[in-house]
Amino acid sequence: MRLGLAMAGLLLAVGLVMPLAVLLARAFQGPNGEFIGLAYFVTYASTPALLRSAWNSLWTGALTTAIVLPIAFTFAYGITRSRLPGRGLFRAVMLIPILAPSLLPALSLIYLFGNQGLFRFMLPADGSIYGPAGIVVAQCIYTFPHAAIILSVALGMADARLFEAAETLKASRFRIFLDVTLPAARYGLVSATVVVFTLAVTDFGIPKVIGGQFPVLATDVYKQVIGQQNFSMGAVVAIVLLLPALFSFFAERWAQRRQSASISGRAVLYRAKPRAARDMPLLLICLAVAAVLLGMVGMAGWGSLIRFWPYNMTLTLSNYDFARFDSDGWGSLQTSAAMGAWTALIGTPLVFVVAYLLERGARPGALSGFVRVAAIAPLAVPGLVLGLAYILFFNHPANPFGFIYGTMAILVLNCVIHFYTVAHLTAVTAIRQLDPEFEAVGASLRVPRWRTFLRVTVPISLPAILDIAVYLFVNAMTTVSAVVFLYGSGSKPASVAVVQMDEAGQVAAAAAMACVILAITATVKLAQLGVSLSLGRGWRPA
Amino acid sequence: MDAPLRRQVRATVSSAKPYLRIEGVGRDFGLFTALRDVDIGVAKGEFLCLLGPSGCGKTTLLRTIAGLDVPTRGEIFQDGKLITDLPPSQRDFGIVFQSYALFPNLTVAANVGYGLRGKAWPKARAAARVTELLELVGLPTLAQRYPAQISGGQQQRVALARALANEPGLLLLDEPLSALDAIVRLHLRSELRALQRRLGVTTVMVTHDQEEALSLADRVAVMDRGRVMQIGTPQEIYERPANAFVASFVGRSASFPASASAGGLLLAGGRRLPAFAATALPDGMPVRAFIRPEDVAFGEGAASLPAELRGIEFLGSVCRLDLDAGGLPLQAEMTPHALCGLAIGAMLSVTLPPEKLMVFPLDG
Ligand SMILES: Nc1ncnc2c1ncn2[C@@H]1O[C@H](COP(=O)(O)OP(=O)(O)OP(=O)(O)O)[C@@H](O)[C@H]1O
Ligand SMILES: [Mg+2]
Repeated sequence: MRLGLAMAGLLLAVGLVMPLAVLLARAFQGPNGEFIGLAYFVTYASTPALLRSAWNSLWTGALTTAIVLPIAFTFAYGITRSRLPGRGLFRAVMLIPILAPSLLPALSLIYLFGNQGLFRFMLPADGSIYGPAGIVVAQCIYTFPHAAIILSVALGMADARLFEAAETLKASRFRIFLDVTLPAARYGLVSATVVVFTLAVTDFGIPKVIGGQFPVLATDVYKQVIGQQNFSMGAVVAIVLLLPALFSFFAERWAQRRQSASISGRAVLYRAKPRAARDMPLLLICLAVAAVLLGMVGMAGWGSLIRFWPYNMTLTLSNYDFARFDSDGWGSLQTSAAMGAWTALIGTPLVFVVAYLLERGARPGALSGFVRVAAIAPLAVPGLVLGLAYILFFNHPANPFGFIYGTMAILVLNCVIHFYTVAHLTAVTAIRQLDPEFEAVGASLRVPRWRTFLRVTVPISLPAILDIAVYLFVNAMTTVSAVVFLYGSGSKPASVAVVQMDEAGQVAAAAAMACVILAITATVKLAQLGVSLSLGRGWRPA
Repeated sequence: MDAPLRRQVRATVSSAKPYLRIEGVGRDFGLFTALRDVDIGVAKGEFLCLLGPSGCGKTTLLRTIAGLDVPTRGEIFQDGKLITDLPPSQRDFGIVFQSYALFPNLTVAANVGYGLRGKAWPKARAAARVTELLELVGLPTLAQRYPAQISGGQQQRVALARALANEPGLLLLDEPLSALDAIVRLHLRSELRALQRRLGVTTVMVTHDQEEALSLADRVAVMDRGRVMQIGTPQEIYERPANAFVASFVGRSASFPASASAGGLLLAGGRRLPAFAATALPDGMPVRAFIRPEDVAFGEGAASLPAELRGIEFLGSVCRLDLDAGGLPLQAEMTPHALCGLAIGAMLSVTLPPEKLMVFPLDG
């Protein structure tokens, strides 16, 4: 068991800690590896262009958060605290942006408001969707599901007894909302705020596609590294990008802890009574949000079918003949699917076994302490930062693992590490729900531990395991930021191909490929729903 | 089995060489000491109950016996072998947890047969053993059900059958009945006792329910704050508690402060009460005296006290009376019939029999 944990520790050290250490060191080194102290940081601070993009990231991120939060709160309130019809359907629609690459809403916006967009006339003549406006709108759509999920969990945990108590005290509805609803959702709001802000600041795909000449931190890293081959400056910008992520990481962990402490085991689940004055406006808002989300997907889908926007609006499948636009053709989709499959196949057992060892086996010590921290840390590391750290680490001439650079292996390693934390937390939650005495019973019957693990722990946790696998697959399929630095010839993922086709002006083909990615992830997600419905039918209590 | 014979069996069991021996066991959690200096011997075939208030260390002691927890000090021997540091998988015991810990994804039969594998248990033999065990616990028809599809009492029996499957030398039970409702609990209690007798398996059971402990066990170990306060047969524990804690924890009693006085007397509330237990105590020693409700006698006599009736609690076959005997709080029992006509505030004459007064020096 110690051996298993030691191997996991090694993997996390090679895949996370060492690359980040190299990245940090690089920020203090000149072009030839000599130590130059804070020189790059000084240059950074005295370059107005770079500072401007930090400021741009900050304010677009803040604006996105300010717009998304109230909408997501209302939406989450609608699906948890009211009796709207079709709440299940709204929940499903809410998830759509997670299944698509973040570029997809940006591409749809180009179709709608771009220079030749359907509704271009609605913008002021000198205005443009390319720039902050496009970034903010696209990011609102991209971050919406994350906020809505967190808030619907927070609002869903309402304790009915508090509402009944408030009602018997004749509190008005508005006071109940202020005094009961909001405080209970307080930590959910904090979590959602920091998650949305971090996603918005660290995302790379959206500003790349719709940012135009508007510089932000994420595109700066890319420009320094790919454009100017200035790795040290790239490292400095990456460190700047790491700061908000680190901050929100700690804020979010703080909020999470408070959240779980605030609900007692005896709480009674709240069920709203129908009330038209509340349900009708909520229904309209939820419908509007759902229409926007579906509209974005629909727009990209429609655009991908049009022969030559906006001059020849006839429908065609020719944009799906990717070989015309990209040398890899459909191959990049194959690469992505393989990368997703490998990430799920390797990541799922790894994550689950490590979580099990940590929860149910490890004596406290330095090793388990390290693994515990290293399992949570990836959440604080933006994809671009991790990607850059990988270039610097694995491309280093002295690195014995250097041979994996540019291969599928490095992409899979990167994805497993990048998405490790959420998968790990899912596994830990599932394992904590198991009776702590299962292992003891097995041992008293002299059944080896691994056997009880395989015969009892794994079958019971299958829904969570499936959840982890699908999570890893979907994220590996849709990620751009982490892999954009790492692919080699023949291992270009589809999400990167989308960026490149868009860069080359092939918006329709880019939209087509984004739609294919969405189709694949949505199919997998639906399959998961189907499978988990039939899992453990028989032994699970209805 | 009639009473004298039973007593005789007990006498022989407790004098035999212990099958399970716990010597000077202690367990610390950081600065907190959960067990201190525990010495217990359990004879082969004996049923021992660990009884004590919540948090006194019962579960901790049971887990050290099972090897799920390692004692900080002391040794444990089973069947003459030192087992203190053996992992659970190398020991010889079956265990039933309070939660039962049945595997929800396996059928009742698969749960019971979970440990029946390897060369010693070819499939057919294991299946036969499972059938036998399910018959033993009275559930032959439920073999193919899943744990979620059977009642709490049935789950408890499945857990018991599973623990007994390998014919372990030692059966450990952690509050096995506490998750059940009162009627099922009473029923299963007697079944458990009969089964244990029939199989003759050495058993250690944890409970915080004294009625359960007194009715089930050959011997009871009363624990408090990590220490064993007394070990003895249920009768000994009840009739001759070794200290004030056991006297107040086991059974009902009223108690009052007093001081010993020469000639086997107690001074309490300005009265002199003869008490045999006070004979050996030095004059003037501060003590606490206990008396059980059923021992308080009514009627005039040489040593009787006047007592005022303060409260009546109806318990069915008897009523419990709260009395105030000139400052001494007492409890007594009376049949509802005899009580007829007495009202709160009535004056009664009570006698505290000298042989029944339990007297303990104040500790600390
Ligand atoms: N792992 C642990 N770490 C720290 N303290 C512990 C641990 N396990 C038990 N304790 C403490 O040791 C004491 C004894 O615990 P134990 O579980 O043995 O009590 P118990 O007698 O079984 O009580 P109950 O009847 O409530 O089950 C308690 O005060 C408990 O808080
Ligand atoms: Mg206990």
